[in-house]
This record gives sequence, C-alpha cells and structure tokens, in this order.
Amino acid sequence: MSGSGEVVGAILILIGAIFSLISAIGNVRLPDVYTRSHAASKSSTLGVLCALVGTLLYFLISDGFFSIRLILGIFFVFLTAPVAAHVICRAAYRHQVPLTEQSVQDELKDYYMENENLEQEDKAYLIEKEIELQVTEQV
Amino acid sequence: MIFETVLITALCILMLAILANLYRVVKGPSSADRVQALDSVGINLIASIAVFSVLLHTHAFFDLILLIGILSFIGTVAFARFIERGVVIERKR
Repeated sequence: MSGSGEVVGAILILIGAIFSLISAIGNVRLPDVYTRSHAASKSSTLGVLCALVGTLLYFLISDGFFSIRLILGIFFVFLTAPVAAHVICRAAYRHQVPLTEQSVQDELKDYYMENENLEQEDKAYLIEKEIELQVTEQV
Repeated sequence: MIFETVLITALCILMLAILANLYRVVKGPSSADRVQALDSVGINLIASIAVFSVLLHTHAFFDLILLIGILSFIGTVAFARFIERGVVIERKR
C-alpha cells in the first residue's frame, strides 16, 4: 500500500520540478517583461501545484493523513499567483516599460491613453466643482 | 532507495530553477522583472519545502507552505503598488 503512494508522489513531484525548471528557463531566455511574466506565472504555478498535490497524495496514501493546511496552501497558491503576475504586469505597463522590438502592435496603448486622459478630465472637473461649492458656501 | 533518489533529483532541479530566477533578479533591466523573478523564487521555495517534508516524512512544515505563499503574495503586491504609484499605502486627502 505504501509503495503505490511512493510511486504517485514521486511522479507528481518530478513533473512539478521539471515544470518549475522550464518556467525558470523561460524567465531567463524570453526577451520582454510581459513574455517573461507569462512564462514565470503560468508554468511555475502548475509546477508548484503538481508538487503540492504529490505531497498530499503521498501522505494520504501512505499514512492515511489528510492535511487541511496543504489543501489551503494549494488553493491559496492557485488563487494568488496569477493575481500577482497581473499586478506586476500592470505596474510595468503604467511605468512604461517598453515591449520587445519584435512585437507587432500594442493594442492596449490607444485604449489606455484614452482612458487615462478621461480620468484626468474627470479629476479636473471634480476639482472645479468643489471650488464652486466652496465659493457658494462662503457667499 | 529509488524514492529518495527521485526526491533528491527533484530538489536539484528546483535548485537549478531558483538559480536561474536569481540570474534574472541580478540582471533584469527593469524593477518589475526583479519583482517577478523574486515572486517565482518564492513559489519554487514552496515546492522545495513540500519535497523536503516528503523526504523527511514529517507533517511539521505544512504551516510554512501556507505562510510563504501568503508572504510572497503580499510582498509582490506591495512592490507592484510601489512601482505603479510611488507609495504603498495612500493617504486620504
């Protein structure tokens, strides 16, 4: 019985480690912060999920021990790693980190510029309105 | 015996992945690259702690997996806010 647990755990952990290595190679070789984030977030999330599921199944099959903390860890990593990558990429784009030279078009640029100007106009409008209100209160 | 060999091989592969990510931390042209690479170092660290707890056959490190996950996420979000706006916690005007 413990032999099958060892086999399942070893296979899943090895697959997870290989996925992590592939993600790290992508993180070294790709040309751009966005493509690097694509490699680093997706495949390393899959790798760590494989390793944690392998650990869970190993302890479940060989000991009969079911760990709620490990389930929570799997769920949390699965939930937060893409969010972290999204936040980093948005910060890089707003900080105007350039795309790589091979990239053909930047569809976000027009939308982003339009949206940003709109936001600034809104802020200016709000400030004007606030000043008017203060003036009327004083009168 | 084969089981321990496979686990140590997995640890070596994870170590190579962490070293490659550290290369990106050192070299990365923008600070978003560095934060991204440090985030994936944290994720690889979670995987290696899981492999260690199988290798030592103990349940004692499962809290650490959850803790490093939460700390890595909070640190990444704080650094991203710092890159984006210059402050981490905004004041109310």
